[in-house]
Amino acid sequence: MNPAPSQLRPDLAVIAEQVTPGSRVLDIGCGDGALMRALRDKQCDVRGVEIDGASVERCVAQGLSVVQGDADRDLSEYPDKGFDYAVLSQTLQTAVRPDRMLDELLRVGSRAFVSFPNFAHWRTRAALMFGGRMPVTRSIPVSWYATQNIHHVTIADFRDLAREKAARIERDWYFANERPIARLGANARAEFAVFELSR
Amino acid sequence: MNTSSPSLVLPAALPLDGGGVLPRVEIAYETYGTLAEDGSNAILLCHALTGDQYVASAHPLTGKPGWWERMVGPGKPIDTDRFHVICANVIGSCMGSTGPASLADDGQPYAMRFPVITIRDMVRAHVGLLDALGVDRLHAVVGGSMGGMQALSLAANWPERAERVLVIASTSRHSAQNIGFHELGRQAIMADPRWQGGDYYAGEAPDSGLAVARMAAHITYLSEEALTAKFGRNLQDREAKTFGFEADFQVESYLRYQGSGFTQRFDANSYLYITRAMDYFDLAEEHGGRLADAFANSAARFCLVSFDSDWLYPTAESRHVVHALNAAGAPVSFVELSAPHGHDSFLLDVPALDRVVEGFLK
Repeated sequence: MNPAPSQLRPDLAVIAEQVTPGSRVLDIGCGDGALMRALRDKQCDVRGVEIDGASVERCVAQGLSVVQGDADRDLSEYPDKGFDYAVLSQTLQTAVRPDRMLDELLRVGSRAFVSFPNFAHWRTRAALMFGGRMPVTRSIPVSWYATQNIHHVTIADFRDLAREKAARIERDWYFANERPIARLGANARAEFAVFELSR
Repeated sequence: MNTSSPSLVLPAALPLDGGGVLPRVEIAYETYGTLAEDGSNAILLCHALTGDQYVASAHPLTGKPGWWERMVGPGKPIDTDRFHVICANVIGSCMGSTGPASLADDGQPYAMRFPVITIRDMVRAHVGLLDALGVDRLHAVVGGSMGGMQALSLAANWPERAERVLVIASTSRHSAQNIGFHELGRQAIMADPRWQGGDYYAGEAPDSGLAVARMAAHITYLSEEALTAKFGRNLQDREAKTFGFEADFQVESYLRYQGSGFTQRFDANSYLYITRAMDYFDLAEEHGGRLADAFANSAARFCLVSFDSDWLYPTAESRHVVHALNAAGAPVSFVELSAPHGHDSFLLDVPALDRVVEGFLK
């Protein structure tokens, strides 16, 4: 009944695969709880934070522990290192201060997974260069005026931020057309990326 | 008042937070559904200030349907085909459990000789009932409003008794505004000349005061939006204002009806004692001032629900509890549901609440 990890969105599938069974996980921006269900199947103690009430309601109805809240504001209430992993999937670019969000992830979790759409993907670059307009692509599907993505970020930017924040990149994964691709040239070739960080 | 509920007398005197004991405690309760042989399917449902044990069966005095029939019953979100639901009248109340109208040792009603009780005292009595019924561990404790306070108190003080704790439209402490409204109600009762210092049981009850208390409280249970939608400035059975003090407006007529109806089923002294218990409620204070410490020993799963239009126990109060539970590392869910009715939303038709309740109790 629950989707197998292979049916998850590719970034979530990677995370589900990497998390050690039985871990404590905080899924920030957990949406409908797809990753949480996959992790629950791995006997993880998994909690979610989600801003959208209807999504929270669907999670609770599936027996998941999800708190309706705003990651920009509410992470501060979680104790230091209360979790083995903090997961932030496709949410970093919506944060008021992504840099502070990264600090919070590494405070509440021993490790963090961060996934985000790569603004330096060639299709985005092409849309801006040749179209002269803010790109609307598969990985960035909403017009500039309606998007929740207020801090577009590239893979190169994120690596810089991790360095500035003294966060160690443990592993990284890159995807295009729903498939993993190599690290080489990923900043232009990847539609989105997943990083595993520690400090 | 006599009720048709089963009741039992606790085997020992009940120690009280205020010091002293309540010597003979009778608890009236209703159950729905069958208790599983291993006792694993019991749900304790806690009622609100003026509620009672008639969750899903007709009220013996008013004949009205149970107060949560939309939620509790066969195939309902709290499914009595699966669960054994227990609801007890709180001590201090007047529907069969020991309260100020009960007879003291001298054969006279306690009246104001009844000790001031707390939410924790009510829960201590519930735990006594569960012991007597042989229910060691609850599948869940569930409550809205004051019922939510009882659920939180059970989780904090008897952490091994419930596996799940569902708290709807409630709070971990009464605010100054909450206390203020309750004091208004109490003063209305005590200002009624028929109150007689509480010794009215032989004669006429202070119905006018109790009705005013209920009218004021009823306003706090509804949102401004709900009142406007229901009544606006509409006049009651008349074409024009009367330039007098009749109930010109529909909202006046409605509140008077609510007030007088309430006096048919509720004891004024019980209203004093129960509102006092709610005002004294501060779960953090009971646990050294830090709310997270109240839940330090809990292994239960929690779910809190608030309503965006509830200004009596607004979302911030639920969040305050959620923060404490997160700090304590407890598994907690929280959702603010959108509903127009105000505090009373937990009793009314809010399909999202049904889904959350059903899902959480699974």
